[in-house]
Amino acid sequence: MGLLASVGVLALLVVASIALGAKQIPVGDVWHGLFHNSGTDNDVVINDLRLPRTVLGLLVGAALGLAGAVLQALTRNPLADPGLLGINAGASAAVVSAISFLGVTSLTGYVWFAFLGAAAVSVLVYALGGVRSATPVRLALAGTAVTAALLGYINAVMLLDSSALDKMRFWTVGSLASASMSTILQVAPFIAVGLLLALGIARPLNAMAMGDDTARALGARVNLTRVLAMTAATVLCGAATAACGPIVFVGLMVPHMVRAFTGPDQRWILPYSTVLSPVLLLGADVIGRLVARPAELQVGIVTALIGGPLFIYLVRRRRMAQL
Amino acid sequence: MKALRTGGGLSVRIEPRALLVGALLCVAALLVAVVLIGTGDFEIPATDVVSTLLGNGSTAHTFIINDLRLPRVLVGLLVGAALGLAGAIFQSISRNPLGSPDIIGFGQGSTVGALTVIVLFHGSAVAVAAGSLVGGLVTGVVIYLLAWKRGVHGYRLVLVGIGAAAILTALNGYLLTKADLVDAARAYVWMAGSLNGRDWDQVWPLLALCAVLVPLALAYARPLRMLEMGDDVAYALGVRPERTRIVLMLAAVLLTAAATAAAGPVSFVALTAPQVARRLTRSPGPNLFASLLMGATLLIAADLAAQRAFGADTLPVGVLTGVLGGVYLLWLLVAERRAGRI
Repeated sequence: MGLLASVGVLALLVVASIALGAKQIPVGDVWHGLFHNSGTDNDVVINDLRLPRTVLGLLVGAALGLAGAVLQALTRNPLADPGLLGINAGASAAVVSAISFLGVTSLTGYVWFAFLGAAAVSVLVYALGGVRSATPVRLALAGTAVTAALLGYINAVMLLDSSALDKMRFWTVGSLASASMSTILQVAPFIAVGLLLALGIARPLNAMAMGDDTARALGARVNLTRVLAMTAATVLCGAATAACGPIVFVGLMVPHMVRAFTGPDQRWILPYSTVLSPVLLLGADVIGRLVARPAELQVGIVTALIGGPLFIYLVRRRRMAQL
Repeated sequence: MKALRTGGGLSVRIEPRALLVGALLCVAALLVAVVLIGTGDFEIPATDVVSTLLGNGSTAHTFIINDLRLPRVLVGLLVGAALGLAGAIFQSISRNPLGSPDIIGFGQGSTVGALTVIVLFHGSAVAVAAGSLVGGLVTGVVIYLLAWKRGVHGYRLVLVGIGAAAILTALNGYLLTKADLVDAARAYVWMAGSLNGRDWDQVWPLLALCAVLVPLALAYARPLRMLEMGDDVAYALGVRPERTRIVLMLAAVLLTAAATAAAGPVSFVALTAPQVARRLTRSPGPNLFASLLMGATLLIAADLAAQRAFGADTLPVGVLTGVLGGVYLLWLLVAERRAGRI
């Protein structure tokens, strides 16, 4: 029931995301523009700007939320999130190298580099954190150390090359504004694979919440599950970050909120996270478009401004350490 | 560990290794400082540097050293010392090696203050320093209040700090996208943390603040060490836990804010200096004094490396401390894991 209601809210937000912005479009015209494109101004705005942006928001939101939920379940760490584990920094470092050393300028060109960087760093952090026995502190430390070293590198490159600085400062805040159908087509297959993979391992993840030995006794294949979960999380985060820059806190926040009303069962947490994260992301995107009209606030900024206070509130309630 | 006892029953513990490490760090810092003063477009041999510092140099050397290079090196030493000390205090209070001021939001708070001045008001260097000071202090107070719940507890302080750091980072990102490219470049240089062009105007306020805060913090080293055994034990041993924490945190926030105002948010000195110092002295407790010396040495060594490797004034020192600190931390993690300590 709750899941259906969530899907309903998401559908409403999709319509809102298409209708609201610098140019307001009546809801009736949204319908007309989507299904009977006749080339009016509104139809062009909808099909060329708002629709790709909304679809990308849906994909990226779902990917980030699910990746966060999987990472938190896998590491049993309430702080696990693509940003805190250094995956964003890895993607940023790869993108800045691509811009500065290889002269890549198009967004479609960044995607592969961001993907590679994210994958390399997530493997590195997980290996440093101790694959079998990754404790929360160790993973957080490993993520921070890698992030620091990479940030130093990113800073150095940007200071020595001001054209890279000019491009990077917009990429690093995380934005949906430059969405295009070609970006969507590039990342959609990865996100689809990641979603299927992640949703498929809910049961073994449940078993692993009780500890490796119990999980093994219950018939879960612990090492296989771990590899699958890490792969799914990397693919999802990497694709999402590649498509629209590092967006923090969606992957951290949504699973925490979901857990508050579903309880610890991953079979519910994962689908709910998948549906509710795009709600948050699209909501933040719409807010970002509305508060600063006709300019807009990047969605990454809005999610951190909403997510940060909520996170601190959760910490103060002492629910964080229980996972 | 040895103890000196007097007939009247007084005793002072002496740790030979910690003393030795302290002395060696002092020597190392001075050596690097002399080499750093001699480094630049106009190379000066170490002997001339020393004789000029003692007041016997030629006019040209006196001008270059006293007016240009000495203040920069002094700012580096003071900033490094302040960051090392503040880092040791925070890591001890939060009982977490991640609990240093640049991870839990103070650096980002100072950055918000400075960026606001740069981007919105196009302010002068002095105004930027003032903005970063205010930003850092306000952030310190806010994080303390948010983490407060019947006392400030380590884990909560770190988590609240990480949350605050994320919010402030978003604000910084927003300010950067609002800036035109010239301001953005200026902001990036400031954010990397740099010693370029620092003169006596930065030295005096920093020196005055350190002269007050460093003895204060060192005087609280013993209570802080007992606090590491837990509030209850410390209380039974005659320490007032919350008062000790407030005084030390205030000192650490002030030191961090002043250092950031002088040189920008130099990353990772506060995080790594206490860790390195602790491993060198091999003594338990917060190792405040050794961390202070280590911070100063680390920062000017990084500045020397940046100048030697990339030429004077090309790469800010903060870029190098981040890379050095991150790589060091990685090594630390691997070593600790092999030893099974974390």
